[in-house]
Amino acid sequence: MSGPSQYTPKSNFAKWLERRLPIISFVYDSFVAYPVPKNLNYMWTFGAILSFMLVAQIITGVVLAMHYTPEVSFAFNSVENIMRDVNWGWALRYAHANGASMFFLAVYIHIFRGMYYGSYKEPRELLWILGVVIFMVMMATGFLGYVLPWGQMSFWAATVITNLFSALPVVGPSITTWLLGGYSVDNATLNRFFALHYLLPFIIVAIVALHVWALHVTGQNNPDGVEVKNVKKDTVPFTPYATMKDGFAIGVFLVLYAWMTFFVPNYLGHPDNYIEANPLVTPPHIVPEWYFLPFYAILRAIPNKLLGVIALFMSILIAAALPWLDTSKVKSGTYRPTFRKFYWIFVAVSIGLGYLGSQPAEGAFLWVARVLTFYYFFHFLVILPVLSRREKTTAVPNSIAEAVENRGASHA
Amino acid sequence: MASQGKAWRCQGLYLGRVTSQNMKRDWGDEYDGRLGKGERVIIKGGRSGATPNPSRRDVVYLATGAGAVTAVGAVAWPLVAQMNPDASTRALASTEVDLASVPEGQIITVKWRGKPVFIRHRTEKEIKDAQSVSLTDLPDPEADDKRVQKPQWLVVIGICTHLGCIPTGKEGEYDGWFCPCHGSSYDVSGRIRSGPAPNNMEVPTYAFISDTKIKIG
Repeated sequence: MSGPSQYTPKSNFAKWLERRLPIISFVYDSFVAYPVPKNLNYMWTFGAILSFMLVAQIITGVVLAMHYTPEVSFAFNSVENIMRDVNWGWALRYAHANGASMFFLAVYIHIFRGMYYGSYKEPRELLWILGVVIFMVMMATGFLGYVLPWGQMSFWAATVITNLFSALPVVGPSITTWLLGGYSVDNATLNRFFALHYLLPFIIVAIVALHVWALHVTGQNNPDGVEVKNVKKDTVPFTPYATMKDGFAIGVFLVLYAWMTFFVPNYLGHPDNYIEANPLVTPPHIVPEWYFLPFYAILRAIPNKLLGVIALFMSILIAAALPWLDTSKVKSGTYRPTFRKFYWIFVAVSIGLGYLGSQPAEGAFLWVARVLTFYYFFHFLVILPVLSRREKTTAVPNSIAEAVENRGASHA
Repeated sequence: MASQGKAWRCQGLYLGRVTSQNMKRDWGDEYDGRLGKGERVIIKGGRSGATPNPSRRDVVYLATGAGAVTAVGAVAWPLVAQMNPDASTRALASTEVDLASVPEGQIITVKWRGKPVFIRHRTEKEIKDAQSVSLTDLPDPEADDKRVQKPQWLVVIGICTHLGCIPTGKEGEYDGWFCPCHGSSYDVSGRIRSGPAPNNMEVPTYAFISDTKIKIG
């Protein structure tokens, strides 16, 4: 998708700048003239929504950091101070806390979009892997941020997650002590978690830049999963088409975000986190934030500590191997009738695991979690590779233009 | 040094200041007197010939490389080590606990190195229960008398060996402890009986300094 710039500087200043730092033509070529497939649906607006959320989280986060104190005796009270005394502090904190949830909601839709339409397939493998890396750094950032209010859930989340590393043979306990900066979660832990929580979003910005770069080299995938063959016939310019569509989608997404922030700001939170951290009492039922629940269910489903931790990490990392597990030449689920059925089963299994993660790990819940955990891996390791070889796909259109015409004809 | 067939171990870019004199000195007769463009000459390996000191370059490369690795290591060390517990955390003194005020059947929790330590004054029945369990029934087999110094006093670090939560006392199937996080059950000896935890609750180093006083750590 790269080539000579489509931008011609007109003013003298633009000409002067262009010879020294061609930043205007770079932006113009990437976000104005950039050709986007003309068959994109609203599922393709989540990249823009995610970029918006990343910026929103960084801005609200930076201003919250101006009022927050990462010290065990003050942290909890400084958050209460933000809620009660800081001008607009309640709005900023609720926007940041719910922003994390909205960020994860958008990223899950974005990931499942990619899975349905085969966006991980050649030549977009690296683009996809960068996405998996972003997701993992996001999870780390979300976890670190959840610890900062220093409530009971914060404290015990920090304890459980850092103890995951103690499952490693030989080096486990020393790694845990190293991560904590002590023999238990304490001031050193809180302080470093704050430093890292501030750092990681900027690492995400850097990886997002690579992600978008890789995207602009291969071009976007699209609902029909056929590559752009004729830029004139198959694509439309990014501006105004994608800009407007993305802008509208962000607007709709903001309605939900604002509703969460202003009407049910604590709906996704846990009341125990309004009790200050107490190292001597574990709350009777601890659960992570909703966006970690499926992985938490997998961790608890396995009755062996080390294997449970391995399964937890593998359930995320396995996504990076998708391009090599699903080798079907047909990208889009639209033309893969059997894949489509298994895809929706997989979505249901993932949501089911999320539900089980929120329930106590006992009795029937535990057994269902085991079955679903097994299926989760079975989908990746058996169903997808077998489908790639056996499935009878339906006719794929020759070009994006043809797909759009066919659709128009069938609607007429 | 005599000719040794393919003796050129120095391949790739010839670093350093390249002059005819230096080349003559380093490469002897093999050097034909020409200089490449700029000040770089690329010497390809595999030619036979004699050289006064081909290994001199190798030594310089290796020494530079080793120096760089050492320097990176020396810089990284403090950056990594600063995350380990600091001196004030490591220096936390041992804790003395007076047991006289703990009635039979009660569990008290004391803090040692930031961790809770459970001290349980066990009843006759609990002692009997703990001692009569067959070791083959235990996921982490350990006899009760190996875990206590005096049968009526059980001292364990009150941290679930699964993922570090604090179990609650006198709950669970075995009336020992129950971990609310992931459902591990411990018995009155602090031994794991069911659930995902792999090990028994740890017994800290402690000593009776009198009949009713212990020192942990």
